[in-house]
Amino acid sequence: MTLALTLLSLAIGFVVGILLAFMRVYGPIELQLIANGYEKIFRGIPLLVLLFIFGAALLSSFMWVGSLFGALFLAGVLALALRSAAYQSELFRGSIMSVDTGQIMAARSMGMTEMQATRHIVLPQALRLSLPGWTNEYAVVIKDSSLVSAIGVSEILYNASAFFITYPALFLGIILVVAIIYFIFTYPVTKYGGESMKKRLRQHGLGGGQ
Amino acid sequence: MTKVIEVRDIWQSYDDLEVLKGISFDVNEGEVKVVFGPSGSGKSTLLRVINMLTPPDRGEVLLRGESITDPNANLSKLRARIGFVFQNFNLFAHLRAIDNVSIGPRLVLGLDKEEAHEIAFQALEKVRMNDWSHHYPAELSGGQQQRIGIARSIAMSPDVILFDEPTSALDPELIGEVLQVMLDIAKEGTTMIVVTHEMGFARAVSDEMIFMDHGVIVETGTPQHFFQNPQSERAIDFLHKLEVLYGQAEAEIELE
Repeated sequence: MTLALTLLSLAIGFVVGILLAFMRVYGPIELQLIANGYEKIFRGIPLLVLLFIFGAALLSSFMWVGSLFGALFLAGVLALALRSAAYQSELFRGSIMSVDTGQIMAARSMGMTEMQATRHIVLPQALRLSLPGWTNEYAVVIKDSSLVSAIGVSEILYNASAFFITYPALFLGIILVVAIIYFIFTYPVTKYGGESMKKRLRQHGLGGGQ
Repeated sequence: MTKVIEVRDIWQSYDDLEVLKGISFDVNEGEVKVVFGPSGSGKSTLLRVINMLTPPDRGEVLLRGESITDPNANLSKLRARIGFVFQNFNLFAHLRAIDNVSIGPRLVLGLDKEEAHEIAFQALEKVRMNDWSHHYPAELSGGQQQRIGIARSIAMSPDVILFDEPTSALDPELIGEVLQVMLDIAKEGTTMIVVTHEMGFARAVSDEMIFMDHGVIVETGTPQHFFQNPQSERAIDFLHKLEVLYGQAEAEIELE
């Protein structure tokens, strides 16, 4: 359930985040304002508060979702995804802007349209540049998905709480197991993002430190 | 002689600063024009105006009689016929050499992948980079990168290639290999406009040299004219400065 929450949220956050980033970099001023406003709002509200807002909103009309559980799960996904979208849009915006303008000029000078230059020159490099930051976003979302237990979605922490309510003496042991599980899910991704990507980015002349 | 490029009374300013003040000249088929002058004289801006990377405030540029400065012009179509070689190479960092060269024929000229690769490979052979076709730009020296930059232009079979100080970002020992490639393609009859201070190159291949200062063309003439008998005070002064810096403008580069 934790993985489902995380992957769904990241995927939705990715799509919405890229759209927002495009609005902010290429859009007319109206779209830029909307995207900027969105980003400021979702970065400024604590996740727990977002969860309660979406939970309450969806529960008040949970009929269309089908079930109480479905409504709460959806609230969890939406809160995580829409907040992640705000952070991801910032990430993508930064990496789109950091693609060398000289290369865009070169692309246009050989007759590529703005669309072609964006699709074939800017995006491939921007996505690669954003990968290290994106693994960080994965780590943040998978860990923050534990907060969804607060609105009663049975992810790892919520399941663990069922155990330690029954066996209060084992609380520390159980919570340590939970910590290890989260670590196992984050470590390989952040490690890959940190090291292997660094090497590949350097090969492409896209920086990445020493 | 057919005119490939006609530049008609170009004016361009950034804020209060007038960079180009009424520039006009023609470039004929197969001609090599060298544009030189002190920094800030507007040479690079002029090149950017010719392919509309910088639209001019006033004036007109014609490519084989077709206006590229016309607001209704199909810019992408016309730009595909004007090659541009940048001072800082501006290769696509995420693409191997061969893909840097083939992406234009593929996306802009609409060739299929194999044809585009074939053309790209021939272009890389011309600049003697065919052994490096699978390297990324970051793995290559400046001279090698610039040769790929030139191949990227050649592959589009443009009507004219514009060179914007192609050797000034290079270490001295790498300049020769790039100039040699430029000499080769000049000899093949490529129409070129070259902004450069490499007077050896100018002497070897240019048909006409254009001396610019403060946004105007001060003097034009053959290399012989400039090296033996320059007329304007400013040209004499500037050529003297170049001489002090680089030595006599001999034809150091041998034509094969």
